[in-house]
This record gives sequence, C-alpha cells and structure tokens, in this order.
Amino acid sequence: MKFGTEIVVLSLFAFAALVAAGFGVEGPFRQHMGVLFFAVAGFTAILLRNTDFKPAAPIDTSVYMDGPIRYGAIATVFWGVVGMLVGVIIALQLAYPHLNIQPWFNFGRLRPLHTSGVVFAFGGNALLCTSLYVVQRTCRARLFGGKLAWFVFWGYQLFIVMAATGYLLGITEAREYAEPEWYVDLWLTIVWVAYLILFLGTILKRKEPHIYVANWFYLSFIVTIAMLHVVNNLSMPASFLGSKSYSAFSGVQDALTQWWYGHNAVGFFLTAGFLGMMYYFVPKQANRPVYSYRLSIVHFWAIIFLYIWAGPHHLHYTALPDWAQTLGMAFSIMLWMPSWGGMINGLMTLSGAWDKLRTDPIIRMMVMAVAFYGMSTFEGPIMSIKTVNSLSHYTDWTIGHVHSGALGWVGMISFGAIYYMVPKLWNRERLYSLRLVTWHFWLATLGIVVYAAVMWVSGIMQGLMWREYDEQGFLVYSFAETVAAMHPFYVMRAIGGAMYLTGALLMAWNVTMTILGHQREERPMPGSEPALRPAE
Amino acid sequence: MSSEHIDEVSGISTTGHEWDGIRELNNPLPQWWVITFYITVAWAVAYTIAYPAWPMLSSATKGVLGYSSRNAVKIELAAAEAAKGKYVAAIQQKTVSEIAADDALREFAVAAGGATFKVNCVQCHGSGAQGSKGFPNLNDDDWLWGGTTEQIQQTIAHGIRFASDPDTRQSEMPPFGDIITPEQIAQVGAYVASLSGKVQDASLIEPGAKVFAENCVACHGDNAKGNKELGAPNLTDAIWLYAPGETAIAVQVRAPKHGVMPAWIGRLGETKVKELAVYVHSLGGGE
Repeated sequence: MKFGTEIVVLSLFAFAALVAAGFGVEGPFRQHMGVLFFAVAGFTAILLRNTDFKPAAPIDTSVYMDGPIRYGAIATVFWGVVGMLVGVIIALQLAYPHLNIQPWFNFGRLRPLHTSGVVFAFGGNALLCTSLYVVQRTCRARLFGGKLAWFVFWGYQLFIVMAATGYLLGITEAREYAEPEWYVDLWLTIVWVAYLILFLGTILKRKEPHIYVANWFYLSFIVTIAMLHVVNNLSMPASFLGSKSYSAFSGVQDALTQWWYGHNAVGFFLTAGFLGMMYYFVPKQANRPVYSYRLSIVHFWAIIFLYIWAGPHHLHYTALPDWAQTLGMAFSIMLWMPSWGGMINGLMTLSGAWDKLRTDPIIRMMVMAVAFYGMSTFEGPIMSIKTVNSLSHYTDWTIGHVHSGALGWVGMISFGAIYYMVPKLWNRERLYSLRLVTWHFWLATLGIVVYAAVMWVSGIMQGLMWREYDEQGFLVYSFAETVAAMHPFYVMRAIGGAMYLTGALLMAWNVTMTILGHQREERPMPGSEPALRPAE
Repeated sequence: MSSEHIDEVSGISTTGHEWDGIRELNNPLPQWWVITFYITVAWAVAYTIAYPAWPMLSSATKGVLGYSSRNAVKIELAAAEAAKGKYVAAIQQKTVSEIAADDALREFAVAAGGATFKVNCVQCHGSGAQGSKGFPNLNDDDWLWGGTTEQIQQTIAHGIRFASDPDTRQSEMPPFGDIITPEQIAQVGAYVASLSGKVQDASLIEPGAKVFAENCVACHGDNAKGNKELGAPNLTDAIWLYAPGETAIAVQVRAPKHGVMPAWIGRLGETKVKELAVYVHSLGGGE
C-alpha cells in the first residue's frame, strides 16, 4: 500500500502531539504542541488523500533521485522570501518602534525568526537540496537509503515550522542562532543524523574513484554542524511536558560554548557548506575546470582546522580569560588566507570565461557572491583584532559585516545555484527570463551595498559615540542619544533590505514561471550573439 | 577516469579526474597566498608568545609582555580617577554654593553632573531637562521646592514624597472634591487660570477669588505666588506641571496628582548629587 507505513507512524506522532497539547504544564507548550498536531495531522491527511491500495509502482533506481531536490528548491525560494520579509519588518521596527505588535510580533520574537529563517530555512534548504543534487552527480550514484531523502526534507521543514512558531509563542532558549527549545533540538538531531547517513551513504556507493571537492565541504558542514548542535544544546528539561530547559553550562563557559557554536555555524554552515555549492555550480555555469586542485585541498584543511578555534573573538574584553581571547584572535587572523583560498579558486575558475560576465547574469551573480565572500572574510579577521573589536563590538558594524556575508555570499551563491538547477530539475530548456535575473542581480547588489555601507557608517558612529569622553573625562553621550542618532541609518538599512527582498521576489516569480513551463519572449542578452572578435 | 588531460584554454594539465564534466587544473598554490598565510601564522605565533595564550595544566602562559586586560582596565580607571581626584576632593569638602562660586570647580561639576544627568534623570526630565507632563522643566526659573543650589541638592538627595527616605520633601494637597462643591471648584479653577491668562467665563472669577481666599491661601499664599517650603506651586506664572486652562486646574483641585521623585543619595552618593545640583542650577533658572 502506498504510504501505508508513513500514515500509521504519522498518525501515532500526531496523537502523541495531541496528548502533549492536552497535558502540557504551561500554556505556550500546549499551544506549540497544538501547532505540531495540526502540522503532522495535516500532512497525514494529504498522504491519506493520495494513498492507493494497489502496490506502489516500482521505482526506477537507475536514475538520480530528484524529487526531494525539486521540493528543496521550492522551499529555498519560499523560505528565502519569508526570512527576508521578516528581516525588512524588523529593520522597520528598529526605525519605527510603534511597529512592534505585542506580544507575538515584537522585535524580540521576530529577530530570531529572521535569523533562523534566512540561515536555517533559506540557507539550510539551499544546502540540503544542492548537496543532494551535487553528491549524486559527482558520485554518479542515486541517493542512498530509499525514502530517507524524503524524511530528511520533510523532517527539516517540520523543524523549521516548530522553530518559527515557537519563537512567536515566546518559547526560546535564548542561545543565539540556536533558540529552539530542547524537544525541537532533539528532532533536529534525528533529522540531521539521517541527513549524514543519506549523504555519507551516497558517497560510499559512488562510481567515481575520487570524492569531488564540493562533497568534502558538504560533508564537513554536515558532520561539524551535528557536533556543534549537540554540544551547544546539551540541557535538562524542567519537565518533559513543558518547554523550559536549563543549559548544561553556566557563566562564561556557557558564553564560550554559545560562541563556539555561533561562530562555527558561520564557519561550517554559511562558509564550508556554501563553498561546496560554489565548487560545483561555478565550474558548471562557467564551463571551466576548477583553477587549482592543490589550493582546494590546502585551503579546505586549513579552514577546517583553523575555523573551529576562532569563536572566542566574539567575547573580547569580557569575563572570558585573556588566554582564550588571544587564541581566538590569533586563529582568526590565520583564517584570512585559508578563507581567501576559496575566493581565489572561485574567481580564477573563470579565467578563460570572463567574457561570460557580460552575457550571463547567473555567472555575474556567482562572481559577486565570491567577491563578497572575499570581502567579508577579510573584514572578519580585521574585526577580530582586539583594538578594532573594542570599537566595533556591540555596534551595527557587526550587523553590516554579517549581512555582507549573508546577503552577498550566501544569498547570491544560492540564487546562482537555484537559477542553474531549476531548468534542469524540471527539464526546461531555459529559465523563464534571463533579464529578470539581471534585475535580481542589480537589486540585490545595490541592496547589499546600501545595507553594508549604511551599517559601516552607523556602526562606527555608534562605537565612537559610546566611547567619546570630554576633556574632563566624562562620557559625552547617553545611550539614548546614540540610539536617536541611529534613526536615519535604520531607515536607509530598511531600504537596502527592501531592495534585496524585491530581487528575491523577482526570483520567486521567475522560478515559478520556469517550473510552470513558460518562457518569456525577450531580447537576448547583449553580447550573447557570436561576437566578431573573442574577448580578451 | 585517470588519464593525462590538458585544458585547451589555459594549456595547463588537469588532475585527470572528471566529475559530472568538472575537471581540476594542476595550478600550484599562488605564491603571494602562501607567503601571506605564512606571515599570518608567524604573526599569530609571535602574538601568542607576547600575550597570555597557551593553556597549561593549571593556568595559561602569561605572555612575555605581562599583559592582563583586568590590569589594563585598573590602570585606565586609576588614571581617570587621578585626573579627577583634585576636583572630586574639593567637591567633597565644599558646599554646593561654594562649588558654584569657583569657576574651575563649577566647570568640572557641570560636566560631571551633565554626564550623570544623562544616565539617571533624562528618563523623566527629558534629554534637554525640558520636562514633560507631571515632570518639571528644569530650565526655567519656576521652582516648586526652591532653586538655590542647596535647595536643589536637598531635592535630588532625598527626593520628593519618596516614602523610604525620612528626609524626603513631603507635602500633599487635599482632594478638594471632598471639601467644596463642584461649582466652587469651577469658580476657583477660573480664578487661578485668570491670574496668568484668559478664561472663557469671566463671571466665575470673582466668586473664585473668594473660594481661593477661604481654602487656598494657607499654602499658595495671599498673592497665589506659592510657598517653596511646602512645594506649593506659584499659580501666577503661566507654567503648569500638568496642563494649562481652567478645566485642567479644576481637575487638579478636585483630586490632585502628586508626583514622586526618588532619593538619589543612596544610589549616586554625596559627590555626584552635589555635581548634579550644580549642573541643574546652571541650566538657566538657578536662583
């Protein structure tokens, strides 16, 4: 019977959620379990409507398994738009505090919704679907584990829904980028281990003698995130029918654990994972070989070894012992070149194909992504230097830094990968519109430039105002005055973010039309006609 | 798949492998990259020798420079204290009016008091000390409890109607809704409003003056100029703590609101209260 086991298991799961919703010890937990019940029961209902008592048609296992990847591509675009929309909303909330709607939509609850939404929902789905796409094609092997990929995809979406609704209900561990409570963490652990088995199993059954570099990066991302997630979330629930839990760590050890996790979420989720993406999609789109195999090996191992020690630079001038701060900074400085190894390999892969920048907006997007990667992996080590950090820390400079990496690198390389994959996944001849991609490129690029530049100016201004003393040795500005001075920058930042969001909406339209099988009648990109003379 | 292969565009050999059409060139590591990497590593090693870095069994290496962030803060704080020490000592010894009379001390006290004001006082009195409804403007020369430096110091130190401080300034206007009729309240409201402005119904002024004389002069005085001993406001200027106009005055007569200001001496200490008093006195309206 089609979906037989799934329906039984999911029904039991839904029933358990209903029981928890009834017997939970506090209101938010009961509400959260109610959300879980409706999510799982709704999914079960969909399966029931599609079930069939005839034996399921045999699956052709000689071809790649692209179903979960198609869903993943759609989820990437959907969560991207949602996460970026919430980002624009909280940017406006900072500029206009009246937009805080209590209690569900205040800044405190929406902010983790934005960060988790773009990092884990958008970025996570992008990594999930591209990694499964890449690993099959570079191993010449169908995904391992039968329906395991479907479990990973839907399990991950359930994690996203539970995390997001938990934030809005006020359920949080208050650990940055790891806010979900213990039961959501446990669920993610199960899904993540399944993802590891799925990925590793596919690599093990590969028909290529060697493992392609993109898969090293993806694998390092999956393994390290598993370790980070488990250690950072070690905690004891106050009740197994309640949301509250207590961390296994306390004091400065807790702070360091959180930033060990937080920094390596950047290092292994947002850097290593997306480098894996870059190592496949840039050479494919440019149709050029990777610049240097040796560089890819050296910078891979250097990144893996060095990144994991850099977390303490988030705790300069705190209760963290001096020795840990020193090491955090020293490792961050050494990270500069290993990070740039990825940029060099990405950019130099285009040698011999630079003319495509004029004709191919997808390549342009990827190049811009790599350029922003280089920029923010230079800015990061600079900001880890203690004297610089004493000015930049706690200011919006940090927010600008993280967004030049997130919007510039993570966002742009994901957009490029989506634009590359979607026509292939749905067997379309080409995208609905390349000109829309050009619009997306310029809106996104200008949006990032506005965002990052504004945050540099405002962050440095903020830091300088905080530390300004008069000749008598007294602070010149009160905190409220520095907040008031930020207002125009907050407004401009929201404009930059809105431009980026508009670009993402264009992508959603373009991808939807492509999937539906439409092709926009438009003039070809200038220069895409055969040129009379080859470009230098 | 391992076979000799040369990339046609660059003329460089590849590793011979191919994954889904992707090959890898045999380019060496860029030299500038290697050199810069070595430099950062060498720098990091030197830095960890110079500063506390390597964890040992029971403690970490101290670093040859002997740096400690706790010491650095201590030294900076000590230097800041030392720079202020002369002035602070003088402020501790002198009275606020003596401080205000000494140019150098006053300049220091105004700067110090301004910094304290921004952190502790702006929440109620506003960032420009301009006050708001129920919170007095400190820039004008209308003082409820007196505008000399000593009086301001007393108000800041012990607060107003602050129950836990025995020396706090205490006064309470009775709710006249229980004492006189609503007509009389309207009349006295009109009379008080007429002392500094126009009123809508001038016929109420004369009976209002009579009500005022019978009920209000004990605190606000015959001429309605108030009494700073009691915190009774001057009713003849056009400055209103809550709202102008006969209606708003009548509301206040019927059931008066009484603001509370905390005593700051416990939180800020003698020196800072003195500095604040000099600062507030300097805002323009000091007596």
